Amino acid sequence: MIELENVAYSYGGGDLLSDISLELQPGSFHFLTGPSGAGKTTFLKLCYGALTPTSGTARLFGTDRREMQRDDIAMARRRIGVVHQDCMFLDHMSVADNIALPLMVSGRDLLGEAANLKELVTWVGLSERAKARPPELSGGERQRAALARAVIMSPDVVLADEPTGNVDWEMSQRLLRLLIELNRMGKTIMIATHDLALIRSAKAHVQARVLRIANRRLQLAGADL
Amino acid sequence: MMVDDTQADRVVPPTGFTATLTLFSAAAMAFLAVFALALSLATGRLADRWGDELARSATVRISAPEGQMAAQTQAALKVLQTTTGVARARALDNDEQRALLEPWFGPDLPVDMLPIPQLIEVIEEGQGFDAQGLRLRLAAEVPGAVLDDHTRWRQPLVNAASRLRLLGWVSLLLIGATTAAIITLAANAALAANAQVIGVLRQVGARDAYIVRAFVRRFTLRALAGAGAGMVLGCLAILLLPAAQDAGGFLTGLGFQGLSWIWPLVVPPLAASVAFWATGAAARRMLKDLP
Repeated sequence: MIELENVAYSYGGGDLLSDISLELQPGSFHFLTGPSGAGKTTFLKLCYGALTPTSGTARLFGTDRREMQRDDIAMARRRIGVVHQDCMFLDHMSVADNIALPLMVSGRDLLGEAANLKELVTWVGLSERAKARPPELSGGERQRAALARAVIMSPDVVLADEPTGNVDWEMSQRLLRLLIELNRMGKTIMIATHDLALIRSAKAHVQARVLRIANRRLQLAGADL
Repeated sequence: MMVDDTQADRVVPPTGFTATLTLFSAAAMAFLAVFALALSLATGRLADRWGDELARSATVRISAPEGQMAAQTQAALKVLQTTTGVARARALDNDEQRALLEPWFGPDLPVDMLPIPQLIEVIEEGQGFDAQGLRLRLAAEVPGAVLDDHTRWRQPLVNAASRLRLLGWVSLLLIGATTAAIITLAANAALAANAQVIGVLRQVGARDAYIVRAFVRRFTLRALAGAGAGMVLGCLAILLLPAAQDAGGFLTGLGFQGLSWIWPLVVPPLAASVAFWATGAAARRMLKDLP
């Protein structure tokens, strides 16, 4: 699905990540932790093809990132849902339209998908806010809208970068439950977070592998997690 | 582009300074283009008229002692009537000669009391006459006759009119190039201002072609609307210009005549085409620079 093999990434002359190897298996659940600035976001960007490794090999659905054309990357991103901490939306469109954006850009019939869209909006608890504009949403609502947008194409993998960074504990638990539910549907999940309490609470409900980035390398986290 | 994927341009924010900039610049350029077009067509007509009318006529001037004026005039008319290429020739009467001199000497000039040369108007036909041959015949048979075939002062006028026409077309080209430059700048500004939109679209799996199409469609339609408004305003302004008077007929009316009113209709599609290519190139260039 997504494979990183001895991947290193440098920027501005300095190594950000070194010797990273990982294979995301279908249906697996991963947490990625580490201090701020450790390289979690860079790692996720390597996973969804936004960055090309400086050395080593990143394979997205079996294809080496270096051999992928721009259109190939666009197609791969339709199979990888991404949720950012500072989730960006098209502010001139409604929340429902933003959630449906991946369908729109892939040329799918929006009318035919209307029922799925409605169901998804309900699933993330935004039925009442579907016609609102993104700037009118609270932090938690934005995260849920971003999650709905990330999964509307029924991707194989969902990558979430600090999805609970801007929300309170109750909302972070709600988002976590949604991600666990997706995992139970067979989706591969990776959540980058420095919130260890979130990881501990998740482990009570899901078999999760916890990885840590330290000193530019990827390690399996200790038993405390 | 008009029917395919009408959803595409929804992703581009419909308002903002770049929208206003594109609309305004397209409207202003179309307005100027209509005037440049009118100028080109008017100067074209002027050049043709000067060229044709003056090329089809000539003047014979007879300067002779008072007692010989009538005889020499008759002799010159006889020569002219037997000259190939001359359709007709006629001596101007006193009233016509007075009218010609009126701008310089006033309305009450006593033409018959002054030693003014007699003028004969010569109208050509077919390929015209052999000016050199006619001069030789007149020199032999009518000693006081001088042929003026207008070449001396017609050519500079025709040259001037042709230069004016060229100036009109150069203005049109410059306006087209400026339109392209302004729309390209507006497109670049729009792409820069919408970096977040592009980021979101790429994140959700939009291909470059989709993003380009969205911006191209939006800018092409804006340029078409702006240029349409500018064209209508330009045509109205030309319609409101004072009509050419007989006295100013020499300079002809600035505007469109008959079927030439079709030409302004070409301006909006041309502006839209410029926007289409300029925005497409700018968008592709920008996307190419993104990882």
